[in-house]
Amino acid sequence: MTEYQPKYVNTVTKYVFVESPEMTPGDLAIRAYEISQGVMIKETCFGLQITGKEDEVNAIVDHLRKFDPAHIFVKDRGFPPGDSRRCRANLGGARPGYFGHEFEISLSRFISKGLVELPKRDALAEPKPPEPDGSAKLDAKKLRKIIESVET
Amino acid sequence: MVKVFIYPTTSLILSDLVARFGHTPLSAALQIREHIQTPGLESPPLQITPEDPKKGLKWAAVEVPSGVRGRMSLYGPMLEQAEAAIIIHDADFSFGCMGCARTNELIQFLLRKRGIPVLDLRYPRTEEEGIEFVAAIKKFLNELAGGGA
Repeated sequence: MTEYQPKYVNTVTKYVFVESPEMTPGDLAIRAYEISQGVMIKETCFGLQITGKEDEVNAIVDHLRKFDPAHIFVKDRGFPPGDSRRCRANLGGARPGYFGHEFEISLSRFISKGLVELPKRDALAEPKPPEPDGSAKLDAKKLRKIIESVET
Repeated sequence: MVKVFIYPTTSLILSDLVARFGHTPLSAALQIREHIQTPGLESPPLQITPEDPKKGLKWAAVEVPSGVRGRMSLYGPMLEQAEAAIIIHDADFSFGCMGCARTNELIQFLLRKRGIPVLDLRYPRTEEEGIEFVAAIKKFLNELAGGGA
């Protein structure tokens, strides 16, 4: 094992996803570059990756969100952009975490709809969220009944 | 503002909504970032060194596979910090590159054992469910200390 010297220490990286009929990742990148002041910004097919000091990154994210609040989604990323341990330029194929993003972005239109409709909703109305489906495991009592029915 | 554990821990939707409604999401990225920004031994790809499965012993017994213990060394500290949790149950992608089924079960067990507020959901499949999904998360977060942002 060799000694490990980390890069980009004391920085944060955030993903900014845009799934909007009115904005593209390119539009978002231009808006971000306007106020970036040395923060590293990488444009991607789904949006941006922003790397820098936490307060600077948060300021850019807050600024970008205002352009299309219901269609811009933000999350933290552990690795900086282009890291050879994760970047598909080195590994080939899709980056492992991309499958989760791909799945959730396909549902983001429902979330966007929710964010748009939320202010119009009665504040006192009780939400009825989609509840998880019941367990697919076989209930022990049911199994016992099956065994007994076969034995008799 | 409270720290909210999100499950799946890599969820974009939950991470965004928790931060949007004024709280701090506890996601896998925070622990990964800490690992890869700490000098030590070179151990790609996630900087999980042989020390991490030992740390995981705090949450999982020695008979448990090292993969579970290694993952618990990432998630365990977040479970202890969490003051609330939101769990989405039908996240197929959480089995595979993100983790393993046993780790996922252990995480949910430990969350419930702590007795903190937990919101159980599944992913919305229609626009109407999307509205209720967002409304439920907002209501849950508003009821936590410092909520209502």
